[in-house]
Amino acid sequence: MTVAGIDGSAAHLSDTLFTTAIAVYALAMVGYTAEYAFGRRGRVAATAVPVRQRQLIGAGGPPVSEAAVPPQLPARGSGADRVGRGAVLLTVLGLVIHTASIGVRAVAVDAVPWSNMYEFASVAGLVGVLAFLGVLWKSPSIRHLGGFVLLPVVLMMFLAGTVLYSRAQPLVPALQSYWLAIHVTLAAVSEGAFMTSAVLTLLFLAKKRQDRVGGNGRLATLAARLPATQTLDKVAYRIVAFAFPLYTVAIICGAIWAEAAWGRYWGWDPKETWAFIVWVVYACYLHARATAGWRVRAASWINLLGFCAITFNFLVVNIVVSGLHSYAGLS
Amino acid sequence: MTISLVRPLRAAWRRLTSMRTALVLLFLLAVAAVPGSLLPQRPLNPSATRAYLSAHGGWGRFLDALGLFDVFGSPWFAAIYLLLFVSLVGCLVPRIRVHARALRRAPLPAPKNLDRLPESARFETADPPDRSAAAARAVLGRRWRVMQRPEEDGAITLSAEKGYSRETGNLIFHVSLLAALVLIAIGRLYTYEGNRIVVQGHGFCNVVSQYDSWKPGRFAAEGRISPAPFCMDVSRFSATYTASGEPSQFRADVQYQPTVRAPLQPATIEVNHPLRLEGDRVYLISHGFAPEVTIRMPDGSVKHDLEAFVPTDASTLLSEGAFKEQGPVGKKQDVGISGFFAPTPVDEGNGIISSASPRVDHPVLGLIVYVGDLNYTGLAQSVYSLDTTKMHKLGMVNLRVGQTKAFADGVSVRFDGWRAWAGLQVSHDPAQGYLLIAAVLMVAGLLLSLGVRRRRVWLRLTPAIAGTADSPTVVAVGGLARSDSGNFTAEFADLLERLRSAGRPAHEALVGAGRE
Repeated sequence: MTVAGIDGSAAHLSDTLFTTAIAVYALAMVGYTAEYAFGRRGRVAATAVPVRQRQLIGAGGPPVSEAAVPPQLPARGSGADRVGRGAVLLTVLGLVIHTASIGVRAVAVDAVPWSNMYEFASVAGLVGVLAFLGVLWKSPSIRHLGGFVLLPVVLMMFLAGTVLYSRAQPLVPALQSYWLAIHVTLAAVSEGAFMTSAVLTLLFLAKKRQDRVGGNGRLATLAARLPATQTLDKVAYRIVAFAFPLYTVAIICGAIWAEAAWGRYWGWDPKETWAFIVWVVYACYLHARATAGWRVRAASWINLLGFCAITFNFLVVNIVVSGLHSYAGLS
Repeated sequence: MTISLVRPLRAAWRRLTSMRTALVLLFLLAVAAVPGSLLPQRPLNPSATRAYLSAHGGWGRFLDALGLFDVFGSPWFAAIYLLLFVSLVGCLVPRIRVHARALRRAPLPAPKNLDRLPESARFETADPPDRSAAAARAVLGRRWRVMQRPEEDGAITLSAEKGYSRETGNLIFHVSLLAALVLIAIGRLYTYEGNRIVVQGHGFCNVVSQYDSWKPGRFAAEGRISPAPFCMDVSRFSATYTASGEPSQFRADVQYQPTVRAPLQPATIEVNHPLRLEGDRVYLISHGFAPEVTIRMPDGSVKHDLEAFVPTDASTLLSEGAFKEQGPVGKKQDVGISGFFAPTPVDEGNGIISSASPRVDHPVLGLIVYVGDLNYTGLAQSVYSLDTTKMHKLGMVNLRVGQTKAFADGVSVRFDGWRAWAGLQVSHDPAQGYLLIAAVLMVAGLLLSLGVRRRRVWLRLTPAIAGTADSPTVVAVGGLARSDSGNFTAEFADLLERLRSAGRPAHEALVGAGRE
């Protein structure tokens, strides 16, 4: 035992599991990327539209126009398919190890393990992977996009394990509150969802550009394998529509906690200010999407701006700016 | 004259209440908040602001003139949110009117050609139109608002609409947002915040004059709010630390009287657990040490003193403070002592003592003793530091509890012991409970406005054989999604399947007849 109140061997085990999870995710990422790069072309319009149902109603009605390209995976048993399946298996394995790492850390500190940047990044990464697996469950045709989700997750976890790492420590009195579990979980889940939306928005912009410019370079070939722009945009929007109320509740819970801990519900602490900025930017996005006459592409840039604000709030505000939320665990 | 003014005013009003302007204002609000997080803010951190100003000279004064050290209190920030507020009101009022009308109005008649709608299909049933209309209404159930209309050629149309609560939620969100802004403003007027350091065993009352610092809102500053008349004693303060010196618990046991004549009641205040009284909340904000000394004055008199020291190092609680004892007037026999208190002292090698931990373990009180004139000019002096311009130094010493040191001029100092002090903050904001209600309504409205699916579906039930009473029916269905959420294609297919299976299946021949 190195720190009082901390189970040292458990903390060490958690660190080992964390590193293993990164390695497994990285392997899975290689698998997805291989499937994406070498898989059969032509899944271009693969979307979440349930084609079977479309055909069912087609019996007495007008001809079904959209179902021309069913969502397809590489032919079963082909090399690309096997690689893709392997990548999903690895992702699940990584998820199990990752969850174990967080669970063991919780045992080690005897509290919810997201009280500093390292722990928060770990949990947010877990949310990202879970979100991807959830979407994959619903529409398996997006499997080859796994690399785009795992890349930021692996990068963030690597950053967490190296630069942001902090030893397992018991909670300081200000953090000893059940609001820690509520407020920070909501923030992690909504920010993880915003991240997924931002990734899809980037893919949307890439695809949009490819549709406009065309070309047949290597990048164009890669963009051709993305789902249709409409699908990407719609899913990105729906994720924000899900995450925005959650983020709102996270801010409100933060305000309730601040009232109990610091004596006021809102004090323009840098973290609060940036949460406000993020909230306002995503509110702009929702309004831009709802307003006729705004081009979808303009709204997409607002979405990306929102995620930039989240990143700034997480990295710069925690590390550079000092405020009441200074629990980064870095010294 | 008036007419020439009305038109530009109306145009300006229309522009202000347009969505585009609201978006630009929202965006400006986000941008305007950025400097508030990057530059030190005077209301939050006055000393950092002063340091920034003195370090940056003309640039700092320029920023100060722009109000960038109090962004959230600056006129331009207020201008943005007031414009946004007006824009929001101007946008909401007509929308509420339109929505109220829509709620009362029957669903729109079916368009001529249902096949042109984004989703459409046809099927046949053996039931006659009126019976299949009844079956369709049963399938639609209570979630859809349905209007049945006959058409001239014997056909029946059904107009069905659902998801009205989407716009209701949208309006609830925005109205609650307005209410929240108003409540925040009201809270700002009535609020006050007082801070007081209370040494264990001592107390204070909720009176302006008893606070070390007092931040009133406008009405409190004008004396229009009388603070609740409670008094409070800190009977015990305890801090618990882990072996490595990390704090694990702070706790103040207090006795308080809710009103002047009420009996004393015990209570405990901890971080995250303020004491909530009628209208006021009492928080444990900080803590520290108050050393106790006995001083023999140059004239032979003996004085006991207990002074709260302020921590200069938050992690080790090395603290600084001063004792000021006045001698006979005009004799320059005042004794001034500036000192530091090290709870867990470590000798850094050259006789300089610092502290290793906030826990108290054989503490040391380091003193520099002066004699002369304390220079009380009537101006306020900090209780934590000494004005030594009219004093001369007698010497310095590091004392442990119980030790005494004698100096020249008959002065001696004894370190008697120490007590803990608790920094308490009393906050008052009568609007915050209502604000929470507004916030909950905001979330409820948001969930409705983003989650509810606004849908329109029309059915046209045409008799397959015109003029026959018991004719089979051709059912045309068309649907329109009026909001982005959900997957309408799938919903429509599902609804269609249920509509189809509600009626008796038609014979092939009839289907052929219906198509003609």
